Amino acid sequence: MTDAIRVTGLTKRFGARTVVDAVDLRVPEGRIMGFLGPNGSGKTTTIRMLCGLLTVDGGEGTVLGLDIRTAAAAIKRQAGYMTQRFSLYEDMTVGENLDFAARVQSVPGRRARVAEALDRMGLGGRRDQLAGHLSGGWKQRLALAATILHKPRLLLLDEPTAGVDPQARREFWDRIHGFAAEGMTVLVSTHYMDEAERCHAIAYIAYGKLLAAGSVAEVTAAAGLAAADVSGGDPELVRRIKALPSVETATAMGAQVHVAGADAAALAADLDRLAAEGLSWRPAPANLEDVFIHLMARRPDPAEAAR
Amino acid sequence: MTFSLSRVLAMMLKELVQIRRDRLTFGMMVGIPLMQLLLFGYAINADPKHLPVAVRDADGGPVGRAVIAAMQASQYFDVTLLPATEAESEAILAGGAAQFVVSIPPDFSRRVLRGERPGLLVEADATDPAATANALGVLERLAAHAADRDLSGPHARLRQGAPPFELIVHRRYNPEGETAFNIVPGLMGVVLTMTMVIMTCLAVTRERERGTMESLLATPLTPFEVMIGKIVPYVGIGYLQVAFILGTAKLLFAVPMVGSLALLSAVTVVFIVANLAVGFTFSTLAANQLQAVQAGFFFFLPSILLSGFMFPFRGMPEWAQVLGEALPLTHFLRVVRGILLKGSGWGEVALDVAAIALFAVAAGAVAIRRYRMTLD
Ligand SMILES: Nc1ncnc2c1ncn2[C@@H]1O[C@H](COP(=O)(O)OP(=O)(O)OP(=O)(O)O)[C@@H](O)[C@H]1O
Ligand SMILES: [Mg+2]
Repeated sequence: MTDAIRVTGLTKRFGARTVVDAVDLRVPEGRIMGFLGPNGSGKTTTIRMLCGLLTVDGGEGTVLGLDIRTAAAAIKRQAGYMTQRFSLYEDMTVGENLDFAARVQSVPGRRARVAEALDRMGLGGRRDQLAGHLSGGWKQRLALAATILHKPRLLLLDEPTAGVDPQARREFWDRIHGFAAEGMTVLVSTHYMDEAERCHAIAYIAYGKLLAAGSVAEVTAAAGLAAADVSGGDPELVRRIKALPSVETATAMGAQVHVAGADAAALAADLDRLAAEGLSWRPAPANLEDVFIHLMARRPDPAEAAR
Repeated sequence: MTFSLSRVLAMMLKELVQIRRDRLTFGMMVGIPLMQLLLFGYAINADPKHLPVAVRDADGGPVGRAVIAAMQASQYFDVTLLPATEAESEAILAGGAAQFVVSIPPDFSRRVLRGERPGLLVEADATDPAATANALGVLERLAAHAADRDLSGPHARLRQGAPPFELIVHRRYNPEGETAFNIVPGLMGVVLTMTMVIMTCLAVTRERERGTMESLLATPLTPFEVMIGKIVPYVGIGYLQVAFILGTAKLLFAVPMVGSLALLSAVTVVFIVANLAVGFTFSTLAANQLQAVQAGFFFFLPSILLSGFMFPFRGMPEWAQVLGEALPLTHFLRVVRGILLKGSGWGEVALDVAAIALFAVAAGAVAIRRYRMTLD
């Protein structure tokens, strides 16, 4: 299987700040890769470099077999990029925006393809509505429609579902899986863990550095975290659990508290001491959130560290 | 680098849709020419009367007095000052205390009656030609007959043929003696400079400010295609403005149009493109729409001041003339005035058109070089 994206040592600096630091990324064709990381970690910057919107300061690689440093124009014709912030024309109608996108991409059979895209996205009834008057969720649908008009081989989606309701989010992901089934490769950034779970593979980036990559199961296993669910305590419980030396994360989930830590034995010992006070706990699988917090904890913010 | 006509067409159609929806731009396109025409047109229509006149009568004879009386009676002139010496009258004109100085030489009346046709010197402060043009026209007519009453009896034969004295008019401070008709044709260039530069500059910075540049850059559109696609719709708009101004000039102000309108249209496209290229260049420097407008004015002010629109070009100091020569408006004004008023043909305007074209190419090259394909 060939790789739709294959880059090594990808680096971007803004002034003295290294915003993307030697990132290696591989996405096989037809796969959905989730791109995760805290705010400001460099997801958008990485995606922009992949589609030729930012010049690369270091590293090399190919997108769809084309050199990212020299073949930006060719990449733009075969990739579809959906920006994080809505970037279509708010003073044009839905139909006009799609028509423009189809024309600049030299889409054959333009009218039919625009009509098909409107239909597929359920935008038919809003063709003559100004894009600026659409609600957030509909804007996202329009942006996706414009992104896939020219049937790109690679979709780069930057937080496509931010601020979208659960129902629309689910439909969005069904569509993305549909595209992948048609052979498109998808790189999608997100902050939602449930969306990460729907990806074939994920990459986690923090402070510009890639900290983990692989399927959800692989990433979770590689972190080697022990986790447990604790129940039967008072509202103060979370604070007390967080104070335990072996616990890296503790999250209240209704009546239960989900805890995770790197050292399974120490965690069990600590929780057993709590059990003596009448609480109960049982081992649970570590989830992605535990893993990410664990990864972040080991990598202090370089900006903070410099202080 | 590839070039695709259909992508350019896409860009053009998109711009047209946006222009149609943008009330502010639309208002600018119609409002600016209209406002300027009315403002400047009013100045042209104003037919100033009761202009202050200083009379230095070294003769004191009847013919001189008759001329002065006729001037007063015409309503155009008010004799307000009576300087005694030439130095005094010079100071009056220089200081602007009078619009005209009339100098009646010694022995004027006697020499008129002898049929010697002596000279009567009228010096006009022509810095504002619109202010003096009509009055001077009136003066020429009344000079012919002002002395009729004095030329009776044996002198009656002097009434026939040429006026009994020679009216010598010196238009001071403005050797070209420009007439009011200069202004409306010139206005065409001024309106185009103002709207074209600002509108293209806005059209590009708006993309950046609204974030749509990110999508635009992610498409296969090349900088050249973007520039052409953005410029062409505004060329059309520029033509609408020109037609509007010319129509108004003809209907309201009866500006003569001697030369070829086809030639004028051909030259106008070069001039419009030059201004659009400037606007596009500014847009690569401006971070937002406010800066775009400021940059537009930065270009507009020297254009209007140094091109010969506001002040007579030859009346400016040399350094200002050199700066003026570098501005497309200067050359365009010459071309428009030449074609409309003097009936100039291609031969006469070629050099100025070449200057405008050179400017357009240079500005376009800078714009393309500066327009970045990436977001950094
Ligand atoms: N043009 C720029 N000039 C300077 N700094 C920039 C520029 N663009 C981004 N940055 C900085 O680079 C860092 C990474 O930004 P980026 O937008 O890639 O993060 P992100 O992972 O997409 O964040 P988010 O989840 O909030 O969208 C941020 O600290 C940001 O301030
Ligand atoms: Mg981002």
